[in-house]
Amino acid sequence: MVDGVGKTFGRGGGAGQVLADIRLEIRTGEFLCILGPSGCGKSTLLNIVAGFLPPTSGRVLVDGAPVTGPGAERGVVFQEYVLFPWLTVAQNVEFGPRLKGVPAEERRRLTERYLALVGLTAHAGKLPAQLSGGMKQRVAIARALANGPSIILMDEPFGALDAQTREVMQDELSRIQRVERQTVLFVTHSIREAVYLADRVVVMTSAPGRVKQVFTITLPESRDRFAPEFTRAESEITRVVKEEVAKVHE
Amino acid sequence: MIAKSPQHGARRGRGVFLSSLTELMQWGLRGAALPRRRGLALRAGAVLGFLALWSLASGLVVLLKLFNPIFLAGPWLVLGKVLELAVNGQLWVHVWATLERVIIGFGTGALAALALGLPAGYFPGVRKVVEPVVEMLRPIPPLAMLPLFIVWIGIGEGSKIGFITYATFFPMFLTTVHAVQQVDPLLVRAARSLGARPWQLFARVILPAALPEILTGIRLGVALAFFVIVISEFIGAEQGLGYLINDGRNFFLVPQMLGAAVLLGLLGYASSALIGLVERRWLRWERSAST
Repeated sequence: MVDGVGKTFGRGGGAGQVLADIRLEIRTGEFLCILGPSGCGKSTLLNIVAGFLPPTSGRVLVDGAPVTGPGAERGVVFQEYVLFPWLTVAQNVEFGPRLKGVPAEERRRLTERYLALVGLTAHAGKLPAQLSGGMKQRVAIARALANGPSIILMDEPFGALDAQTREVMQDELSRIQRVERQTVLFVTHSIREAVYLADRVVVMTSAPGRVKQVFTITLPESRDRFAPEFTRAESEITRVVKEEVAKVHE
Repeated sequence: MIAKSPQHGARRGRGVFLSSLTELMQWGLRGAALPRRRGLALRAGAVLGFLALWSLASGLVVLLKLFNPIFLAGPWLVLGKVLELAVNGQLWVHVWATLERVIIGFGTGALAALALGLPAGYFPGVRKVVEPVVEMLRPIPPLAMLPLFIVWIGIGEGSKIGFITYATFFPMFLTTVHAVQQVDPLLVRAARSLGARPWQLFARVILPAALPEILTGIRLGVALAFFVIVISEFIGAEQGLGYLINDGRNFFLVPQMLGAAVLLGLLGYASSALIGLVERRWLRWERSAST
């Protein structure tokens, strides 16, 4: 739950307000997308929820407890993959459980399960450098899931991938989500991606970022990008986003 | 994609195409990699060629009576002298004396560099205290401090070992600090989001991520240790390869001087190869990340 979070960088006259009084509640098992023009502070918001940045005002609560720094109950998937390059795929996935002191047998079971879920069982012994971008991001997703967090924060996780891989990864994530029912906070600037994946889409205003409008996507869980309802939801959101993009260029 | 010369690609069996820009750049910087056997043959040829030139030069000095041949001994004379010292057992005493000083001096230097460098890289507070002192001493050429070490510690083993410790400390300290500072902050964020506590972060992320650069510093330290041991053995040593060189100078024993110098080179080469072995074993990930 994000309770009135604001963020201002710098102080005095040159200070720039990035976020203003953001209020959001993410339900358990919900896939929430945050959408907005670049510079609207959506990544800043995610960094505050992750505990990497302190908010200037307001607070973030996870399961009722206020966030004071990064923690294992909030998994993060970064745009830049950020795997540990000296560990194998399997060792990356079991990194979190290992820190907690989960016994080896249990860790092996977890690693097997999540590697199978993301379809990388055959690559368990490889090093990250031997994988493609899409595969690296699958490892990062498996690593976040295997740690059993209350929520996973994804910061434009497919932003660095080419268009084809990106769609494949969206299909994968949608499939994984139907299995895992994980609570996800997903930041993106792709409207299509948001409509394809989200239960709800939050559109933010341009700086300072506020919640402009929240859309509930009522499409079936397994979505067809070419269905007329899909296109309708997409164009509806596009209209709202465009207003904000236009403001930036005024 | 850019085609490599076809027969080259085929010989290495890795396909004919450069698959990425980085590969292309490396290819451009290094030139096409030679097949292994041909590379080895070229290296061996270069060494043999150098020995042949050396023999020729020393032979000409004798034949043409250019100057006293004692000043330029041929490779065979040098080898003969080294073998003679090896057989009568003296050589091992000197080699071991040098090696012992290098190992102890470099070892303590490395320990000190890690003990100070790791915390200095990790905690800005520690860095602000330690770095100014190091930066103050670092520009002084270590050799300028050698006489002081002798005055302070005396002429025995202590000053020689202490001097190596002092001289090798700086490059290893600086690379260690830099290595820790350079660790990708995203890796730290990722680890903390997976629940890493401070000491886990240090042991499981900072240390492995910094290791490649730390080993580069260690490589520098070892090279420097062999560099400064020779000079400290010129002064008041009874044993050691540096002593052999200085002793040779006093008595015009050029083969002995050259022999000791060659041995120092071989020891330096071997130690560097040893570190290379460690790097290949521990840093498999880094090599595969850069290709």
